[in-house]
Amino acid sequence: MTSPPSADPPASREGVKFYQVGSFAAGNRLLDPALRTVQADERRANSLTSGHRACQGCGEALGARYTLDAVMRATGGQMVAVNATGCLEVFSTPFPETSWRVPWLHSLFGNAPAVATGVAAALRAQGRTDVRVVAQAGDGGTVDIGFGCLSGMFERNDDVLFVCYDNEAYMNTGVQRSSATPPAARTATTEAVGPQPGNPFGQGKNLPLLAIAHDIPYVATATVADLHDLEAKVERAMAVRGARYLHVLVPCPLGWGSAPRDTVRLARLAKETGLFPVLEAEHGEVVRVSRIRHRQPVEEYLRPQGRYAHLFTASGAPARPDLIGGLQRIADRNVRRFGLLDGGDDEDQGRGSGDRAPAGADPAGASPRSPTGAG
Amino acid sequence: MAEPFAITLDVGSSLANRTGAWRTERPVYVDRLPPCNEACPAGENVQRWLYHAEEGAYEPAWRQLMEENPLPAVTGRVCYHPCETACNRGQLDEAVGISAVERFLGDQAIEHGWRVAAAAPSSGKRILVCGSGPSGLSAAYHLRRRGHAVTVREAAALPGGMMRYGIPAYRLPRDVLQAEIDRILALGVELQLGRTVTDVPAAMTAEGFDAVFLAVGAQIGRNAYIPAGDTAHVLDALSMLRSTADERPPLLGRRVVVYGGGNTAMDAARTARRLGATDAVVVYRRTRDRMPAQDAEVEEATAEGVRMKWLATVARADAGKLLLERMVLDERGFPQPTGEFEELLADALVLALGQEADLSLLQGVTDVTVAEGVVQVGPDMATGHPGVFAGGDMVSGERTATVAVGHGKRAARTIDAWLRGAAPAAAPPPPLAVFSLLNPWYYADAPKTVRPELDLVRRQSTFDEVVGGLDESNALFEARRCLSCGNCFECDNCFGVCPDNAVRKLGPGLRYQFDYDYCKGCGICVEECPCGAIVMEPERI
Amino acid sequence: MLQQIEGSRAVAEMVALCRPEVVCAYPISPQTHIIEALGAKVKRGDLAPCEFINVESEFAAMSVAIGASATGARVYTATASQGLLFMIEAVYNAAGLGLPVVMTLANRAIGAPINIWNDHSDAMAARDTGWVQLFAETNQEAADLHAQAFRLAEAVSLPVMVCMDGFILTHAIERVDLPSQEQVDAFLPGYRPRQLLDPAEPVSIGAMVGPEAFTEVRYLAHVRQLEALERIPEIAAEFCGHFGRCSGGLLRPYRLDGAELVVVALGSVLGTIKDTVDALRDEGARVGVLGITTFRPFPAEAVRAALADVRRVVVVEKAFSIGHGGVLTADVAGTVSDRAVPVATVVAGLGGRPITRASLRPVFQAAAAGRLEPLTFLDLDREVVERELARMASRHRSGPTAENVLRDLGAAGSKIL
Repeated sequence: MTSPPSADPPASREGVKFYQVGSFAAGNRLLDPALRTVQADERRANSLTSGHRACQGCGEALGARYTLDAVMRATGGQMVAVNATGCLEVFSTPFPETSWRVPWLHSLFGNAPAVATGVAAALRAQGRTDVRVVAQAGDGGTVDIGFGCLSGMFERNDDVLFVCYDNEAYMNTGVQRSSATPPAARTATTEAVGPQPGNPFGQGKNLPLLAIAHDIPYVATATVADLHDLEAKVERAMAVRGARYLHVLVPCPLGWGSAPRDTVRLARLAKETGLFPVLEAEHGEVVRVSRIRHRQPVEEYLRPQGRYAHLFTASGAPARPDLIGGLQRIADRNVRRFGLLDGGDDEDQGRGSGDRAPAGADPAGASPRSPTGAG
Repeated sequence: MAEPFAITLDVGSSLANRTGAWRTERPVYVDRLPPCNEACPAGENVQRWLYHAEEGAYEPAWRQLMEENPLPAVTGRVCYHPCETACNRGQLDEAVGISAVERFLGDQAIEHGWRVAAAAPSSGKRILVCGSGPSGLSAAYHLRRRGHAVTVREAAALPGGMMRYGIPAYRLPRDVLQAEIDRILALGVELQLGRTVTDVPAAMTAEGFDAVFLAVGAQIGRNAYIPAGDTAHVLDALSMLRSTADERPPLLGRRVVVYGGGNTAMDAARTARRLGATDAVVVYRRTRDRMPAQDAEVEEATAEGVRMKWLATVARADAGKLLLERMVLDERGFPQPTGEFEELLADALVLALGQEADLSLLQGVTDVTVAEGVVQVGPDMATGHPGVFAGGDMVSGERTATVAVGHGKRAARTIDAWLRGAAPAAAPPPPLAVFSLLNPWYYADAPKTVRPELDLVRRQSTFDEVVGGLDESNALFEARRCLSCGNCFECDNCFGVCPDNAVRKLGPGLRYQFDYDYCKGCGICVEECPCGAIVMEPERI
Repeated sequence: MLQQIEGSRAVAEMVALCRPEVVCAYPISPQTHIIEALGAKVKRGDLAPCEFINVESEFAAMSVAIGASATGARVYTATASQGLLFMIEAVYNAAGLGLPVVMTLANRAIGAPINIWNDHSDAMAARDTGWVQLFAETNQEAADLHAQAFRLAEAVSLPVMVCMDGFILTHAIERVDLPSQEQVDAFLPGYRPRQLLDPAEPVSIGAMVGPEAFTEVRYLAHVRQLEALERIPEIAAEFCGHFGRCSGGLLRPYRLDGAELVVVALGSVLGTIKDTVDALRDEGARVGVLGITTFRPFPAEAVRAALADVRRVVVVEKAFSIGHGGVLTADVAGTVSDRAVPVATVVAGLGGRPITRASLRPVFQAAAAGRLEPLTFLDLDREVVERELARMASRHRSGPTAENVLRDLGAAGSKIL
């Protein structure tokens, strides 16, 4: 049994002004331990431990450990996890070895939300509501095959935190397109051929907005590039009961054609370009967004990724300015829609991620589109 | 529980799967050379003493500083801090106010009476140091700490050299200087004042010194031929500053013209203002951008009301007035006369045209090369004469107190090795921690609200003594702005970002260790290390 | 306590007495009355602690059951027909994970054409899922089998499906003896899971198993089913002792003494068959009946013993493997394959078509005389199919056969009833 370091809620991270590290690194010897991330703690749960068979630089392995370790801290170790089929399941539990150190159940690809509902129902019937339930899946298990069960779980407001580790395609089966695949991205089923290479524009599903439309108590997006932000969201999610949804962007070196070392950097660029809005919603309304600190053009995010190689020449110059422009418009729209640039740098410099209420965003009236806002 | 075969597994069993075998490259922790350290003429390990200061551990910070520089309260005031010019933080917002923190630490040491001890047991060797300027004192300090007996001979009545007689007191209060000198003397360094060394070989043979370090400085003001009337009041800047330091300030009158473009010219003009000149004008042959004086000195002089007259030479001095000739720069940037003249009212003309060393003490010393008025030495500060070393303003190089401190240290290291019959330990410096190796995203932006504070810090590091030093809170603030370039500062990022949990955290001050049993070599730790303290190395087959 | 009660309600009462902790279901005829009754009980608080989950699909229903069962709760659900197919991936999964879920299958035909009435196509589709499949002959047995199902499921850590004929049983009001809570509590102890999601003792359930161990896992599942074969008669006997009434077990033999022809069947049709056989016996025919209560695991040894002295076998089946023939027939034939015993299949009652004594009697007589074809479709309207076959032969025509047949039938309902 792994015992988490502390179940105490984290102290406020506001007002931390260590410019050496700000509060963006995992820890910092100068920072009050209560303000460091769970990942900075050598007693962290390591819910997913070494020896798993994820690829080098796997963003999903990182996201899963970040999330579950934070849940372990938030619940004092009283949690169980349900896992959909997918990379995370395959690389973590090939017989005879498991990398999990938490109670964990894998059933099928499309049913993790319902299995989690069952776990929560059993715990409630047994009077063990101190034990909390987390379900996790990749984007396929969430956005596509698992969506029916997920929507049902949301609608019933079952006491489950559902976490989607979004790497924007079916990576486990060899990088096929999912409805979370962004426009122009090459996958094995949206090859980079023809006049409109890669995934078409105007398709895809924005699951965070769909989750918000269910009016559930809590919805958040995050990336593996900002631990403080991710962990704070897990804390907030675990502080409430009912259906909660956390959508974590987890770059996949295999599927994205990126260098393993760039996993965190790409997640950061996804947010800093505006392609992946990082936000929080409560009961159907967006309440906070993470401000872009250093805005970058989408090219900076696209260029290091092999799945967008057809958008550039060999020397890295734009080969398809029309498609790059299309992606830039998506980013621009996200920035406008969610107010990702609002507020000056004299705000929030402590936590740095610049949590604020959004400027007039009304996602409820927005048409659901892919997480990168395609459309 | 009788768990079902294969379907249900015991937790954590994947530790049996050593994924380190996948690796083709391995991450390795390194300590790179921070640009501040590289730039420091005194060879200070700036990053390391800031590391202590960041924790509020000022005495350990000061002790770290004192490993290289025995005069931090002095250099913290008078150094032109090339470290700050080199500082990577300057590419993010503004450089760390290293000099201000150094001064704060130096002042803390004086206030609290912190002392250092001679680290090594007595060697039985005796060394003569000629001159008690920054170079001589630095050499004396480092030699004494290495266990040698040191005698410092100073021609003047008081120790300190140019720190006392060249730098005005408003930049370097004499009690601060004296305190730092006293601390060196307290190590057991013998100081002989009012004694000029004239015969170096005799000192070695007759008095039995095993080595001599020459650090007599460049005390003679350089002259230029200027036609002058009998009643013209012309003096050189060094004598003016020296007599001011001796509290016998010269009578200059209300209108003072300083001729020259170096830091001494600025000191002279600013001193003239303080001595009552209502009008202090610096006349310089070329333009501002070609002026050797430090920008900060020029700015402060201007702020104090000193006027600048560019592209002009003094053609003639008479009582109460000067004749100036206007100059133009040729295509190579050299000033050329124009034949156009103008008059400038002046009660006194101060010549600040540079200094020269008095090398008369080298008479009879064989194998010492002098070129362009300075003694030729190598990087080890050795002259061609065995046992004779030289440093400070009398050798080539920038003539600043900090450079002199560095010379003294290097000479001490060489002398120590030479006396022990060993080659000086000269480890090749580690690779430089250039800005591109950093991941600046992790460093918080300096917010607008603290920018005035930063500006204040900038000024405090260079303004005159009236402004005062940092207090503890802003010293801590400033220290924590350090990026710790190329050196782990225990931010836990590598520990956090490893997808394979292959980083072990060893505890406060002990940093981290890679667990190569599981590290797959993805390199995220390298990419996400804020300060560039991890490298990937090819895996050995 | 004896009650005149609808079959579905009787099952709901018995399930409630078994104290399930989680009940989940998605409505599908003819299962609805069971879950409606249970839902009301939970809502009233009569069944506490119990969570009743209205899920969004049968796939979710079985998935919720999986999650709840793995968390140590006693779980119940019910489905039918298309619902079973929609959840089939999870049905396999529950068995593979060894979770003792109990599910009622209100047997119903599978479309297309869509048909809500009874047959056994759904149960046969789940034949190889790894579940225990029990068939109820009467509403009394349907109720009783649920208590035994929980006992068995939890004893061998396997899911159990109780099959009861849709409408014929689920919607029929009959006299049923329902036990007291004390009686059921004495028979059915609390659930002690074999594996459990528990923070105090974490395990990983549901690992990926490759070629190196998959065969072993499957073999062990088979061994567990065989273990169930041992436990079922024990539990049935124990049930008799507790409740003073026998039901369940592996087989239900009827008038096998000296029988030369044995009719084998599943579920409620056994009643009609027994009546038909009684009449034939009265006339001197040496005919008996073998009801199969436990279809999976298949009690081959017990069937072999029951048929030891038989010369002919007829299997009346409410389902068949299209392009092949009887499903149960193949299992039964395997038990007499060492002797020259012909085993004929009579496919009957598809999509709810009534099975009457009048129709069965000539078939059994033909069988006894050795004149029965190996595969007979009871009451097949030869005229309709011949006409359609002729039409198909004359021109290629796409579209569902069913519509053509219905058009030919005209007032279709009159023939069905």
